[in-house]
Amino acid sequence: MGKFFHAFFSPLDFLRAVPQVWDGFQTNIKLMVIAEALVLVFALLVAIVRGLPGRASFPLRALAIVYTDVFRGTPLILVLFIVLLGVPALDMTGIFDRSLFFYGIVSLTLVYTAYVTEVYRAGIESVHPSQRMAARSLGLSYTQALRFVILPQAFRRVIPPLLNDFIGLQKDTALITVLGLTEAAAQAGFYSTDYFNYAGFTVAAVFFIILTIPLARFTDHLIKERESRERAQAV
Amino acid sequence: METNSHFVTLENVTKRFGDLEVLHGINLTVDLHQVVCLIGASGSGKSTLLRCINLLEQVDDGTIVVDGQAITGTKVDVNALRQRIGIVFQAFNLFPHMNVLENVTLAPIRARGMSKTQARLRARELLALIGLEDKEDEYPDRLSGGQQQRVAIARALAMNPNLMLLDEITSALDPQLVGEVLALVRTLAHEGMTMIIATHEMSFAREVADKVCFLDAGVILEEGPCDQIFSAPREERTREFLQRVIEAGRL
Repeated sequence: MGKFFHAFFSPLDFLRAVPQVWDGFQTNIKLMVIAEALVLVFALLVAIVRGLPGRASFPLRALAIVYTDVFRGTPLILVLFIVLLGVPALDMTGIFDRSLFFYGIVSLTLVYTAYVTEVYRAGIESVHPSQRMAARSLGLSYTQALRFVILPQAFRRVIPPLLNDFIGLQKDTALITVLGLTEAAAQAGFYSTDYFNYAGFTVAAVFFIILTIPLARFTDHLIKERESRERAQAV
Repeated sequence: METNSHFVTLENVTKRFGDLEVLHGINLTVDLHQVVCLIGASGSGKSTLLRCINLLEQVDDGTIVVDGQAITGTKVDVNALRQRIGIVFQAFNLFPHMNVLENVTLAPIRARGMSKTQARLRARELLALIGLEDKEDEYPDRLSGGQQQRVAIARALAMNPNLMLLDEITSALDPQLVGEVLALVRTLAHEGMTMIIATHEMSFAREVADKVCFLDAGVILEEGPCDQIFSAPREERTREFLQRVIEAGRL
């Protein structure tokens, strides 16, 4: 028991590992913030394309479906290998710069956009068709109905599942370590080889947890606030 | 043709949902400032007919002319058309994420390009008309059904339509809330609004309608002035329907 405690929770090592792991964790934060921003936008676009009406937009819809099927089905680690190792091997200089960070963002965005597209789509479809009908009946165009009536309602409903996917994304930023990007998990690994102690990994885990909990509570708060504003008082 | 003199003319309007023909060749005319009530059992095609006039449903056959303009066809600007034809639904369909004022001003601002100030001014006038001027900040879920339906009417009126379609607007309301909504419709009728009203409220129809049409299985079986339809219906089916209504205590 003492041995276990020492290996993962030794206070000395814990404190000593903090600055080093924090150094790496900043990369994780950058990865997640940039990837999440991109995912929010791209997933919305793909979800909208998937919902387009009419026969004319069938090719676009089909493309969106193929994309989500492929990237939701492929393990992130394979996408990382393909993007980080395969794409640079094509040697298309000038189109892609070669930083691991860039390829990490691309991979995370590709995979998580596919997940979040489905979340958005479920949200959009959960808005009753009569809402669209009411909006259109007032003379709003398809796009205006989507923008002012459907999407705002869909957004509110998807916040919890969206957050869930984002927590997944945040944790998966650590996967990029396998390809040599020096982030939190990598720094923790360095620490363990330097000092023969694994507290660095605990520190990294704590960082990830600390990042997700406030976000989860904030989301709860948002949902509650909206409920009290828009819904009738509890009966 | 004499059709030009009517404000709304439906000729041979036919609508199918798959194999099911919901409207079989409807002919109907409505004059300016006229109130026409559509009565008939559920499923007789009243709602579908109203939705066709607003182009929320596409007709499969026949023509609809509103204010001298054919609206059935491929070159119709549906958004512009719908701005002139208001529709109010049985289930209110207010936007739950917007407060009352936002519900009423959305379309004038976005679809018509009215300034925010102007749209709000007009919305407040309408809220005063419907007696809810103190509710502009409330969200729909906090209003009673009758209040919600009045807001829905104000929302449609905010576009200054010259034709209003009311689709069983009191059917989802508690009996004690029906009165306030009908009172508002009565006001509109007195102000000369042209309206086509699908309703189960026979005594109300009798009071406001200039013309009553009895729909049965997708056709207008009988039409005429209130007195004739309610007191001396010619068709057996109309008599049966009215008999059932009387038994249910709604006349």
